[in-house]
Amino acid sequence: MALTDSSPIVTARIGHEDSHTLERYLATKGYEGLRKALTMTPEQVCAEVNDASLLGRGGAGFPAGRKWSMLAKDRERYLVVNGDESEPATFKDHLLVERDPHQIVEGTIIAAYANQVSQAFIYLRGEFALGLERVQTALNDAYRLGALGADIFGSGFSLDVVLHPGAGAYICGEETALLESLEGKRGFPRIKPPYFPAAIGLYGKPTIVNNVETVSNLPWIVLNGGKAFAALGEGSSTGTRLFALSGHVRRPGAYELEMAKTTFHDLIYAPVLGDGIRHDRKLKAFIPGGVSAPWFGPDELDMPLSQDEVGKAGSMLGSGSVVVMDELDCVVRAAWRITRFFWRESCGQCTPCREGSGWLEKIMARIERGLGREEDLDLLLDACDNIAPGLSWPPQQTTICVLGPSIPSSIASAIRMFRDEFLVHVKEGACPFG
Amino acid sequence: MSHLSAQVREHAQRLVELYPDRRSALLPICHIAQAQDGWLRPEAMEEIAELVGVSPAEVLGTASFYDMLYTEPVGRYVVAICTNIACMLDGAYELIEHAMAMRGVGLGGTTPDGLFTLEEAECLAGCDMAPCVQVNHRYVGKLDPEGFDVLVDDLRAGRKELDIPAHGVLCRVEREVGLATRAMGHAGVAEASKAQIGQGSTQGTGRNHLEDGSGAN
Repeated sequence: MALTDSSPIVTARIGHEDSHTLERYLATKGYEGLRKALTMTPEQVCAEVNDASLLGRGGAGFPAGRKWSMLAKDRERYLVVNGDESEPATFKDHLLVERDPHQIVEGTIIAAYANQVSQAFIYLRGEFALGLERVQTALNDAYRLGALGADIFGSGFSLDVVLHPGAGAYICGEETALLESLEGKRGFPRIKPPYFPAAIGLYGKPTIVNNVETVSNLPWIVLNGGKAFAALGEGSSTGTRLFALSGHVRRPGAYELEMAKTTFHDLIYAPVLGDGIRHDRKLKAFIPGGVSAPWFGPDELDMPLSQDEVGKAGSMLGSGSVVVMDELDCVVRAAWRITRFFWRESCGQCTPCREGSGWLEKIMARIERGLGREEDLDLLLDACDNIAPGLSWPPQQTTICVLGPSIPSSIASAIRMFRDEFLVHVKEGACPFG
Repeated sequence: MSHLSAQVREHAQRLVELYPDRRSALLPICHIAQAQDGWLRPEAMEEIAELVGVSPAEVLGTASFYDMLYTEPVGRYVVAICTNIACMLDGAYELIEHAMAMRGVGLGGTTPDGLFTLEEAECLAGCDMAPCVQVNHRYVGKLDPEGFDVLVDDLRAGRKELDIPAHGVLCRVEREVGLATRAMGHAGVAEASKAQIGQGSTQGTGRNHLEDGSGAN
């Protein structure tokens, strides 16, 4: 499978040093998508997004158009843009926030118009200090330009957008936790049902929550049409997507690729993308879609970057982040660190997650330090099974949100793929990789 | 006598007005209070409680949930080294060991001169610059031990003041526009919109999106 030469959609501007400025934005079709949208009816804009089959880019991959169609339109409602990117190894929203903040603002306004919302919020991860400054600057610019506020570009449509800084909590990327946080509370995910904030969201009102990359696609979709977007990619994976590649490749980075047309092999080895494993080492394993996703090995390299294909193979494209481990990386250590992350970030509401993550972390740490026992492997899998019964994919839910059932992915993958490596740790009483 | 400066209180008041529910301003106000003091002093939390209409205990209970809000003093520079998967693969733990040896502090500790607090961070979304470090939430990427030493020297000598303000200062760009619209209250935007549509705007919606536009909280 070859790399396609489709032109980028959300990263078209970032080659420019000043890609974050209003001047550059206006010189590169900036706010033209919004101007066009305002000549259409909101229903027509929704229809274009439906035609595009735009899947949400936050991790769950839910169709944006369908999410919008569930919003009750007969009462006060809100739009919230989720820029709380925190899934480990995911850094694509970070790029968009710092390098093309106007695109996010324009996408937000288009989404608000399509859903006839007059109050929107952009929730940005608090650690994005520069990102916060750039998005606030973009919002100030947009107000002065007449693209925000009362009577946008003379259309009669009015919108206010508030930039809201997070304060450091992974769980706030979960949309109901994000809404709690936006209400000034702890980021505790809400009990489902209702499954969708479109029914009951911010302040109990119908609310759309869209990811930063999702809304960044909207100006292009409106300008070029949903069908042009859907013509890119394959099956339900339409358009392009930002893939964040990290770990032991020569060229880590966020790459925008046509969906389903590129394989993991291309992403990791193509000279213009990952450019292969550092020091010409062999690939050991890779994580295909954020640390909540089950791992893949060299056998899955030829799989296309398609939500359907990766899902069928028992994992997920998730947040679009790929982590590469080479032959000298210790998988026990990798799985331990991921488990430690979930333990630190569990909000503490549900027992399987709060307690399970801690126990798993302790057992993994002891194996990595060479203090483990052979029966620890079964103990790990048993504890994993208590958090996500059957260790099936997608995982079964025992907790309020999906953080809990995501915990076993890395441990179960590492044991399934590298059982011998765990046993060497136990038998030698030390990590063979030092 | 209030603890927060007049300027911070005014800013806080503007933040409160941005939201349909004043409690939503809790985190943003915690950030600007932290910008004043470097951390969240109990006196500041009492005032924040009053500003957003909750008890001081609720401010503490909320703030303590979030990693970026400190209820105890920290150094002028909070140095956060990410050790999550991508950074770990690229030597983050070795960097932490180096930092601890050099500064003589443990994780979470502050140097006796009050300049540096060292932390182990979770993923900072900078995996393409692993090992990724933030100083007061400003990125410093691809840091090896030598690079770390240079960074610390620069900070100590005050050579990074422009790029890296004192801990607590987050977003240095304030909302400048649209406040007048907001001052009309949350029905204000809706009313303005209605009026426009009423005047027979030719472009756009085809129907009034704010039939129920009076629903300000």
